[in-house]
Amino acid sequence: MTNNAEPQPKNPNKALAGLRKTLLGDGGNRRTRHWVDYAFIIGFVILIVITASMSDVFFTQRNLSNLLRQTVTNGVLSLGMLVVILTGGIDLSVGSVVALAGIMVAGLVKLGMPLFPAILICLVVGAAVGAVNGFFIARFKLQPFIVTLATLGAIRGLVYVYSDIPITPTDPAYRAVLGAGFIGPFPISALIMLACYPIVWFFLNRTSSGRAIVGIGGNEEAVRLAGINVTWNIFLAYMISGFFSALAGVILASRLGISQPSVGAGFELDAIAACVIGGAILGGGGGSTFGTLAGVISLGIIDNLLNLFNVQSYYQQILKGLIILVAVLARRKQR
Amino acid sequence: MGMENSEFLVMRGISKNFDGTQALRNVDFSAASGEVHAISGENGAGKSTLVKILSGALTSNTGEIFLDGKLVELGTPLRARRLGIYAVYQEFSLISHLTTAENILLGQMPSTRVKGVVDWNKAFRQADDILSSIGFVGIDVHKTVRQLSVSHQQMVEIAKAVANRRRILILDEPSAVLSQEELRRLFNLMRKLKEEGTLILYISHRLDEVFDIADRITVLKDGQLVGTVKPQECDQNQLIKMMVGRSLGEIFPVRHPVGNETALEVRNLFHEGEFSDISFSIRRGEILGMFGLVGSGRTQVARCIFGADPFTHGEILLKGKPTHPRSPRAAVKEGIALLTEDRKRDGLVMICTIRDNASLASYHELSRWGVINRRRQEIRVKQKVQELDVRPPLLDRLASHLSGGNQQKLVLAKWLLTRAGVLILDEPTRGVDVATKVEIYKIINDLARDGMGILLISSELPEILGICDRALVMRYGRLVGEFSRAQANEEKLLASAAGVSQ
Repeated sequence: MTNNAEPQPKNPNKALAGLRKTLLGDGGNRRTRHWVDYAFIIGFVILIVITASMSDVFFTQRNLSNLLRQTVTNGVLSLGMLVVILTGGIDLSVGSVVALAGIMVAGLVKLGMPLFPAILICLVVGAAVGAVNGFFIARFKLQPFIVTLATLGAIRGLVYVYSDIPITPTDPAYRAVLGAGFIGPFPISALIMLACYPIVWFFLNRTSSGRAIVGIGGNEEAVRLAGINVTWNIFLAYMISGFFSALAGVILASRLGISQPSVGAGFELDAIAACVIGGAILGGGGGSTFGTLAGVISLGIIDNLLNLFNVQSYYQQILKGLIILVAVLARRKQR
Repeated sequence: MGMENSEFLVMRGISKNFDGTQALRNVDFSAASGEVHAISGENGAGKSTLVKILSGALTSNTGEIFLDGKLVELGTPLRARRLGIYAVYQEFSLISHLTTAENILLGQMPSTRVKGVVDWNKAFRQADDILSSIGFVGIDVHKTVRQLSVSHQQMVEIAKAVANRRRILILDEPSAVLSQEELRRLFNLMRKLKEEGTLILYISHRLDEVFDIADRITVLKDGQLVGTVKPQECDQNQLIKMMVGRSLGEIFPVRHPVGNETALEVRNLFHEGEFSDISFSIRRGEILGMFGLVGSGRTQVARCIFGADPFTHGEILLKGKPTHPRSPRAAVKEGIALLTEDRKRDGLVMICTIRDNASLASYHELSRWGVINRRRQEIRVKQKVQELDVRPPLLDRLASHLSGGNQQKLVLAKWLLTRAGVLILDEPTRGVDVATKVEIYKIINDLARDGMGILLISSELPEILGICDRALVMRYGRLVGEFSRAQANEEKLLASAAGVSQ
């Protein structure tokens, strides 16, 4: 393809700028973002140093691969959330879709369906839930917050209707591949997550729909008047979010080896936190894939660290809430 | 101590630096109480920066400000207000879902005998009194600001500033959204305030207004003071020369003859409550002007042709073939382009780059299977940006970092990349400095020469008279006049737009 034949950077300065852009994205007001970005990168490094020096378990292969596997769910969810946030919206229903996909895949496999068709069906169902969100938000101009709050409740109910007791899938391949499988030292689930990031980066930066989605978050009316189908692109964004939620749900169920109907509550908080820490602006107008990945990993490290020191998960919740506040505060528009 | 230092307001040695660009360079400015002092200059000359320093919205890097001979520290809008300095900016600061009365009386709502409970009757009465005392009648104070027209919002904004005890009133481009009649009322108000001893600093792009109302005119260029003149001792041409170093005669390009083919024809376009009986046609290579006062329905007609709003009935023909664009997307496919009147509101995505904004309307040509061909995008955008001389020509620069004139050229670039056959321009030179205006007129002229049909909607008569081959006049949603280039003059167009028979 000729698309990738971009002119090579001519001097190191330009290359550096290119790297910055790749890592931090095109959107946002770079001039006012400078110190915030550096502050987060420095904070990230300090966090790793503290973790490593305080716990000798941290840098073991076992812990690192655990850490990676634990970030997979949020890593995949945050990608979909990022796309939605870029349009200026929000998707609160991701946690319920995680539960739905998890319980469905286990249920279908238990009924005797082969694993891969079952996974495929769940991904389609996830995208369909996103499509419902997107339809109401894009077509009727309803508030994303309310629409996805409604689906959050409705889908959670649907999950319990499907099964109010946990289902354990019978196919041993199910756990072995997605949940516990390794290629070399790397968990398969983490590789899937890491592969999703460049794909979404490409979508957002190199396709017309991706650029439209970024533009919609900045100025929806200008994009509409430029002759772009805004309704379709918003619809698409929620579908993508639904798809990634389902993917996260399938992988999570596989890792746990059991599908709980109660799983996923509060996951939207983690996903929003990762996006915001990674530079996304709620309401649209900024955010990047690799920033989000950095957000996902920092949240994962914080969780991991607190686990290593046996801190109760309630405190982790408090800390996460505070992190979101600080991140939003740091990135608020400056005069 | 020179003569000037005895004046009411003295600003001395004011400099302001924004991230490396010098917006103001050692400017000395002084004005007397009880005068209307206009500040003129191109976009980016530093007018807004100067008044924002005076109103406390910005702080200067160097310089001193004296009021009544006393050195004052401004720094915040609140401190400036305590000293009696009030400003009305181009961007409104009204709260759109509150009533007009609340907006005017914000922070000083009257209460009933029980403290803290609002006495609404009294509030509405007070607000109404304030509006009528300054001659702004016909605004319903019960309505929320959102329900008011833009021009009424502007008047509420002015009323808010005037309602306070003020010694200096700053008006930054107040006339942009006002009709002729409303402007007259504003000028009456300004004369009254002047008699009360208020110093009014007036910024406007419209030179005839400046000559009409100002006692003195101070000209800035590139952040530096050029000089202060009295309108009696100078004419518009001289003033423009001070501003840009170019005279009025060189502003409009020479028009070329028009072709015979019809580019766009509109027959009996009608939309309930907006406009009716709109019929006209534009030939290829023709620039058709559309003049009218604010609220006459010009923008609505343009939006309907472009598919942005629906119309009840009527016909639109493109190159003789009937068409009915039901969305901007359909219109763009048909080869119609619309440059909207407010580039900040619906023309540009400010957080996106020049590259993104320029290609926004032509992604279908730049991509295959939805994947953008970056090389083609790069080449086309770069070429158009250079052609239109968008400065700086850096494709990764954010739109919000460009000056007003360059933003407007960027919007033009977006539409020219679509290769449209019909271009509708709604106030293409609003808020644009004279030098860029000249460039935009030249671009429009070149486009017509290349065979485009152009509808130019404008509130500026010199623009309509200077570049259009024909002019239509709209009033209350109807076409009320058509003038050829030879017939048209300012008086006829104005009389027609205002409904005065000659």
